[in-house]
Amino acid sequence: MKSRLTLRNAEAAPLKAIEPFGAGAFAERIQRDLKAGYRLISFFAHKASSHTTRLYAVIAYDDDGLIRVAATNVADSFESLTPDTPQAHLFEREIFEQTGIIPKGHPWRKPVRFIAAAPEEAGVMKFHRVEGAAIHEVAVGPVHAGIIEPGHFRFQCEGETVLHLEMALGYQHRGIERALKDGPDKRSIHYMETAAGDTTVGHATAWCQALESLAGVDISFRARAIREIALELERLANHVGDIGALAGDIGFLPTAAWCGRLRGDFLNMTAVLCGNRFGRGLIRPGGVAFDIAKPQVADILNRLDEAYEGLDTAVPMLFDSPSVLSRFEETGRLSIHHAVDLGLVGPAARACGIEHDVRKNFARRPEPSTRFTISTCNTGDVLARGMVRWLEIQRSIAYVRDRIRSLPDDATMRPMKALRPAHFTVSLVEGWRGEICHTVITGADGKLAACKVVDPSFHNWMGLAAAMRGQQISDFPLCNKSFNLSYCGHDL
Amino acid sequence: MPPGAEFLHRPGGVERLRRDVAFHSVHGDEIAVDILSLFNLLLAFALAPLLPGIINRTKAAFAGRTGQPLLLPYFDIARLLRKGAVYSTTTTWLFRAGPVAGLAAPAAALTVIPALGQPALISFNGDIFLLACLLGMGRFFTILAALDTGSSFEGMGASRETLYAALAEPALLVGLAALAVVTGELSITGMFAGITGEVFARVVPVCALVAVALTLVFLAENSRIPFDDPATHLELTMVHEVMVLDHGGPDLGLIQYGAALKMWLLGSLVVGVIFPMTGGLYTTVVYVCAMFTMALGTGVVESIMARFKMPRVPQLLVAAGAASFLAVILAAR
Repeated sequence: MKSRLTLRNAEAAPLKAIEPFGAGAFAERIQRDLKAGYRLISFFAHKASSHTTRLYAVIAYDDDGLIRVAATNVADSFESLTPDTPQAHLFEREIFEQTGIIPKGHPWRKPVRFIAAAPEEAGVMKFHRVEGAAIHEVAVGPVHAGIIEPGHFRFQCEGETVLHLEMALGYQHRGIERALKDGPDKRSIHYMETAAGDTTVGHATAWCQALESLAGVDISFRARAIREIALELERLANHVGDIGALAGDIGFLPTAAWCGRLRGDFLNMTAVLCGNRFGRGLIRPGGVAFDIAKPQVADILNRLDEAYEGLDTAVPMLFDSPSVLSRFEETGRLSIHHAVDLGLVGPAARACGIEHDVRKNFARRPEPSTRFTISTCNTGDVLARGMVRWLEIQRSIAYVRDRIRSLPDDATMRPMKALRPAHFTVSLVEGWRGEICHTVITGADGKLAACKVVDPSFHNWMGLAAAMRGQQISDFPLCNKSFNLSYCGHDL
Repeated sequence: MPPGAEFLHRPGGVERLRRDVAFHSVHGDEIAVDILSLFNLLLAFALAPLLPGIINRTKAAFAGRTGQPLLLPYFDIARLLRKGAVYSTTTTWLFRAGPVAGLAAPAAALTVIPALGQPALISFNGDIFLLACLLGMGRFFTILAALDTGSSFEGMGASRETLYAALAEPALLVGLAALAVVTGELSITGMFAGITGEVFARVVPVCALVAVALTLVFLAENSRIPFDDPATHLELTMVHEVMVLDHGGPDLGLIQYGAALKMWLLGSLVVGVIFPMTGGLYTTVVYVCAMFTMALGTGVVESIMARFKMPRVPQLLVAAGAASFLAVILAAR
């Protein structure tokens, strides 16, 4: 009997261990898994040779920390999974756009990124429209008022109430996955560091884990600790910035001003590690490019204490203000059912009560000594998304303190080896925005044959659209900020 | 005698006020009164842009920043007036009329506002309606100019502004009506003169309620927190700011100056109710300080609270209207 390939996080397996299912059995297995609550974390087509295209579905079993991979060979179409399991919808649109293979029965084959080589339907900007005398349409973007990335939002409104929000992204599409093919070369790591500029450490770590597993290299515990510290500092900087921005959006001055400055303090801590505020150049295949010396440990601990002092004043002030709570509560509410159906990840999912965090569920063996607690809320509104960030900030600071005090002694870099040919690996990292999933396949020559990068934003944009239903259009910027998704991470 | 006209002949009407003022002035003649009234107006024109400057400095202090120069609004207006303007081809003369009316209306309305214990430059029975109509006209043209752009953002802003104005205007008019009932005067000059002295002690509850209502109207009409956030860059959340997004250069300069005058005007009404003034140099100092304190207070409010969710804004404006109505009931009792 054919079975699926079972992997742990960042564990490689020979490609021939994946035996393709028949089309019917493939769809059935995946739907059974998704309905049982497991998550589709990656789903893509890979043209294995000139005449076969293979679909890979990567499913996360959070409870066991296992990743299962199912595959099937397709010709020009396959039965869409979307009607029964909505979390597949964007993956299937992407597959259609990139290969022209039709997901039969997919309700909405709109292009994802408007790539140049798309089949005939791609590039058509058709938006769902609500008709009626009292309905008005509001188009926002792709050029926005703030200094943010480009993306287009189309609202169908009845007065101030949003009936439907549709997004058109793709303005930042740079062809990163294509550029990684036949690598890795000198550029690859830089592509990953800028896949989503605010998630440099997250994507670079996921990428390096994937390459190291394909090469069969184990990095030192010291390098792992430094990577984890950098990842948490990235989370801290972004979460603090987000809480400040949430305060700014509702015109709550004190927290907006304080957190804006404190975000810079956390970025500077990353600069203490490697000289770059975003962690560029720190994480390299085989380990980390910069070691932490004793004075730096003291410096970072000192800065953490100072920053925490500021945060401990500024953030409770926000969550204790009645005027703030009246803005945050019940705004942009998303139920846990919607969050599960759409396959949400990261703080947005945890704010709905989903207990999922790669750092806990897919912790790499052997696990770090620190016990890890998943931060969750259960109301699914803007308040919950802010609160989850505040909880994570406090726990991350404790974690960094712990890790940096007990750095293992070892080399920071181990020599990389050649990648094993015809292997398959899945690498997961809990970036600050959520789960980052890199799936990498090597060809017979040991070069990269396919790379699938899934940024958390790819899962979560639909969550924002769902959260806006029935909300005030004036609350959109606030809801948007509470998700704070990446455009370039989605567009790649 | 037509109804209402008896107020004209009541003791304590405009005539008595003019005599009072003449008594306080050095020369003691009618011309001196007019010059002093003109001085009030010039004071407003000169000092109005300081108010947004003070608000911004206050907010900066709360945020731990040095903040912009106090006189920046003046430089901003001067800079904008020197610039050119770009007009969309979809717009008509209405779009250009918006900023002009937006400045002309508060500038004209200031002529019926008494200050420093002096009568207003223009004062007649029922001039509160002239005040309301002028403010309404300024808003009307701003809204038309916004709609003229055909932008969905500006349309939404216009719709919100109209709703809020429909609730803020009654609060303003009824609040002033309460003063009219208390003093038996039908001109703003008469009302403010009528609540001075020992009368004030008697009508404190009415004045307090009217002051609350007018302060809320002051914050709403000047698009301040908690009603609106003048500092935001997010078009979807804006009320007033979004309506003037397409204006630039001299037009924007006129709009900013007009907004400052409007702030001065509504602030004067609040200050007039809280500190009834009889004239003299002392009054001038108190008046100007009170205006600056008003700006300071606005800055403090903006520093310590978040703006309201949009559906809650009308509730607060209705509360302002209710305070005004209560004041009328108290006054008529």
